Amino acid sequence: MTSLPIPGQKKLGLVIDLDVCVGCHACATACKEWNSGGHSAPLPDFNPYGADAYGVWFNRIHSFEEGTSGEDGGGDARTVHFPRSCLHCEEPACVTVCPTGASYKRAEDGIVLVNADICIGCKLCSWACPYGAREFDEDEGVMKKCTLCIDRIYNDNIAEAERLPACVMVCPTSARHFGDLGDPNSAVSEMVAARGGKDLMPELGYRPVNKYLPPRRQTTAARPSPAPPVPPPLAAGDNKLLRWVDRLLSR
Amino acid sequence: MTGWGERWRDYWSPQEVVDTSPRVSDEVKTTTCYMCAGRCGIKVHLKDGGIRYIEGNPAHPVNRGVICGKGAAGIMHQYSPAKLRKPLMRVGERGVGEFREIEWDEAMATAVEWLSRIRADDPKKLAFFTGRDQSQSMTGFWATQFGTPNFAAHGGFCSVNMAAAGMYTIGGSFWEFGEPDWEHAKLVLMFGVAEDHDSNPIKISLSALKRRGAKSISINPVRTGYSAIADEWIGVRPGTDGLFVLSLIHELLQADKVDLDYLARYTNAGWLVIQAPGTAEDGLFARDDKGNPLVLGATGGVANAMEPGGEIRMVGEAALADGRKAVPVFQLIAQRYLDPQYAPEAVAATCGIPADTIRRLAAEIARIAFEEEIELPVPWTDWAGRRHETMRGRPVGMHAMRGISAHSNGFQTCRALHLLQLLIGTIDVPGGWRYKAPHPKPCPPGPKPAGKPGQVEAGKPMAGPPLGYPMGPEDLIIDADGQPLRIDKAFSWEAPIAAHGMMHMLIKNAWAGDPYKIDTLFMYMANMAWNSAMNTAETMRMLTDKDPATGEYRIPRIIYSDAFYSETVAYADLILPDTTYFERWDCISILDRPIANVNGPADSIRQPILAPDRDVRPFQDVLIDLGARLGLPAFVNAEGAPRYPGGYKDYLTYHERQPGIGPLAGWRGVDGASHGKGAPNPDQLQRYIDNGCFWKYELPEEQHYYKHANRAYLDNAVALGLIGNADPIVLQLYVEPLQKFRLAAQGHGAVQPPERLKARIETHFDPLPIWYPPFEGARVDTVAFPLNAVTQRPMPMYHSWGSQNAWLRQILGANRLFMNRVTAAGLGLVDDDWVWVSSHAGRIRAQLKLMDGVNAHTVWTWNAIGKRAGAWNLAADSPEFSRGFLLNHLITETLPGSGAAEGNADPITGQAAWYDLRVRVEKAPAAEAGESAPHFSVLGHPASLRASPDILRYGGAGR
Repeated sequence: MTSLPIPGQKKLGLVIDLDVCVGCHACATACKEWNSGGHSAPLPDFNPYGADAYGVWFNRIHSFEEGTSGEDGGGDARTVHFPRSCLHCEEPACVTVCPTGASYKRAEDGIVLVNADICIGCKLCSWACPYGAREFDEDEGVMKKCTLCIDRIYNDNIAEAERLPACVMVCPTSARHFGDLGDPNSAVSEMVAARGGKDLMPELGYRPVNKYLPPRRQTTAARPSPAPPVPPPLAAGDNKLLRWVDRLLSR
Repeated sequence: MTGWGERWRDYWSPQEVVDTSPRVSDEVKTTTCYMCAGRCGIKVHLKDGGIRYIEGNPAHPVNRGVICGKGAAGIMHQYSPAKLRKPLMRVGERGVGEFREIEWDEAMATAVEWLSRIRADDPKKLAFFTGRDQSQSMTGFWATQFGTPNFAAHGGFCSVNMAAAGMYTIGGSFWEFGEPDWEHAKLVLMFGVAEDHDSNPIKISLSALKRRGAKSISINPVRTGYSAIADEWIGVRPGTDGLFVLSLIHELLQADKVDLDYLARYTNAGWLVIQAPGTAEDGLFARDDKGNPLVLGATGGVANAMEPGGEIRMVGEAALADGRKAVPVFQLIAQRYLDPQYAPEAVAATCGIPADTIRRLAAEIARIAFEEEIELPVPWTDWAGRRHETMRGRPVGMHAMRGISAHSNGFQTCRALHLLQLLIGTIDVPGGWRYKAPHPKPCPPGPKPAGKPGQVEAGKPMAGPPLGYPMGPEDLIIDADGQPLRIDKAFSWEAPIAAHGMMHMLIKNAWAGDPYKIDTLFMYMANMAWNSAMNTAETMRMLTDKDPATGEYRIPRIIYSDAFYSETVAYADLILPDTTYFERWDCISILDRPIANVNGPADSIRQPILAPDRDVRPFQDVLIDLGARLGLPAFVNAEGAPRYPGGYKDYLTYHERQPGIGPLAGWRGVDGASHGKGAPNPDQLQRYIDNGCFWKYELPEEQHYYKHANRAYLDNAVALGLIGNADPIVLQLYVEPLQKFRLAAQGHGAVQPPERLKARIETHFDPLPIWYPPFEGARVDTVAFPLNAVTQRPMPMYHSWGSQNAWLRQILGANRLFMNRVTAAGLGLVDDDWVWVSSHAGRIRAQLKLMDGVNAHTVWTWNAIGKRAGAWNLAADSPEFSRGFLLNHLITETLPGSGAAEGNADPITGQAAWYDLRVRVEKAPAAEAGESAPHFSVLGHPASLRASPDILRYGGAGR
């Protein structure tokens, strides 16, 4: 069992806007790319050029449909692209379940990390995490996970404006935002407040730091409509061309 | 649970020491991505001699710092074990995959021997076709110098409908030569847009559009990607978009919601069209004796349309000097589209869109266009010298791509879209749709294609480029008997405006010796023995078929260049291995498809980031070397020595297409102070590198809109070398060149179509947009083949050339056939069923995936995921082989029931009609479940391919 630190003020995390995520996977491969040479390197790929290729990814995208279609394509059905990575919970069961202290939550910023040197690869944390955010490296026999790019966000060798997680830097639709969710006045907190940001599976009580902004309602066919344009009264007869006959236009 | 926390907060767990400031890289180099055709700027971090990390370049005008799922996986492209490593000569039979590895000396000598014989004898016996080549201005120039008309890139099976319809209508196009005014539009409609041109710019802009509260509507049979985040999704039936758009036009005309002022000033809506049925000039513009088109004046007389000022009428009849009648274009438009055949009720069932929805969308377009007009406080002066204090615009933007293009009615559908844009006055206005430099171009465009009789001579270059824009029958590339002179039959009566060529007809025609036999097929970066071919199995047979009389292959020689061991490599006789995009100079030229955006021209380069670790050469260097060895005039100097001894790098710097105009527009002139035009600058490439490998010219604000009629812009565009003269560009609602082809089909003029094609030409070359059902659906039994079938590329793989990428193939390694749940229920099918998918041409086996967001009459799949076993250096049990599949096997190059005489293509442009496919889906017997079909023999592979590792620990060493 590993204890949690005294909670700090700072809760670094991500805000993911499902209203604009198009499922392009930029965040997934950029994450893989950065972290392949980063704090938890490598992120191995098994059987990469054969059947059932699988590797360690800290960020995976799920695409699914929800809602139901009505007649003529109406209804509330929609397609959702859902990026999934560690939520850096305030009450992370993956930490408390760890028998060696390898899985830990940082006091200074709330990031949940794994100390690979003392991880014994027992996988209890991956069983404990309801979000499927843990990634086991079978090659090294240790658990790995999203580090919130801890080797980018404080990195003096990177321009200040680019000290962001790779997934946030890269996102073409600006669907990913990074900041301090412990500060109610931060841009990310304000965004969560304004857009009704959601916890994932709040009923489990792990209090995820990352938030998801819900998609706005999409229309398919049945939708209140503005009044159709009303054709102007026609000139004598029903020849619609006549209404333009006397129109003089300048070149 | 809360009890836990209290207890654990009393003590600490051991924490590791985290290095939060590791050194990222030894060096950062900028270049241009090539994981797709999007041309984003990237920063490549190099560490310990390899690539550590690739990120977007924040300064770059295309991607503004972001990068996509493919771009970030570029590392796995570079480190792929499927890379070719040495020149190859085929030793076994074609299609087997047995090679002899050879030295470059032998490879070049062989190519020179084959090619020099052809050039001395008959240059057209070389067919040189490139795929997703970004050096087309050079490869096309090389073909011209060689003297063969048989050149094209992949546009004929990609988006020529989009490009040609736009160029003949507005002097620009959707595709990548224009875009919605993302900044100001209040409504954006996207037709048939998946992960298409432009990739990241659309993503960036669509998201910004949503965040500022503007509305986007996606018209697309499938609700994925951009359609998933659209405010409204219209699940149109494939191939019916044109009818839907004409119905919107019907509604707008009914309600008089058209911008007559815009039409009068910037378009040919007022031009008079001769009404003299049965004569050779029927449907042509009435012109004065100097050739100027005429308009109907306020008092009923005619006036020169090109004279500014004066009042004109849009409806009425003019009596011409010779007594003939003529009416304005607008009158023809109103008469045609007010017809009840375009009423929403009349089209709803065909399009799969309720009439109420069509009416509501028309109302919404009208409301935003005419009640929410925007005005930018930017003064400008029009072509006639009239000053305007503001720039006004109707904020309805549109974009369209392959879903419109890849149909046999795609040209006219795209024309219908442009007509809609023009009727509401939204071309190059604030909030509408904007040109990207070098567009707008004169409309109809130039130049004309070369290759006519007398223009192809042994040992000589052609007089002009092989691709262009015919203005009438006299510009076709046909012989005196009307027979095609190009191997792909582009610019013949079968496809008169085949502006991008017809690569999809190449192999079939070369195999059949129709219209003549060729000697050598030379291809670059085009997987024509697999996912780039229609009728893939038949294509493979044609590539391997031998003439029993001689025992020789019917296509005698094939040279192919590719960086990877793609399926097509196994079908070539001589293989010239290319580099990756990290290993060469390259140029995204203003002469070709530049990276310009709406606020000004821009172009870019690639610089070598890594030295190749194998015996490969950049294809462009090889081509220039071949050009010199063959003595092509532009590739040798006066002494006959190579003109560009440094290869493509030298060509980029010193080649001039016209005096002062070269591949790169930035930092020209010996001092680098000129932009657009100027003498070659020996330091030009270094200046690009110093600037992040791109050049961008920002137009002054007064030149941002109304470019087609903006005096300052037109003058500036001439100065920059973008257009030849500063005349206003009049937008063409009515396309007169189409009528010229039609008149020929009606029996007028010296050049007329053959009898069998007359009706086809007369019907489809309508100078005003029409809609007709896609050809395949009209030819097959639609009871037997009730469903449309289309494909799209997944965002993480669009244009990304292959499943050799270890990361991308984990995201998608096998495709499914997607079907609407309701449709499946009607067919007795359930999720995960294995099914047979049949077309008129054959059948394939695939696994079903049910979904909600797809038109009920449509099935679809991800394209080019299925691979051939043995290719790409993947293990033989890979899912790409065992479960992946191609729809290509179901699609033929020619139409069913036509005796192979009519192309499965747009009758105007020859664009391959991939998305016209009709199929039937039936459950496969249980014994057949688990594996896709058909499968082909496993390809062998070159001995030098690196063994594929069992585990990748990429980046581990850098920790």
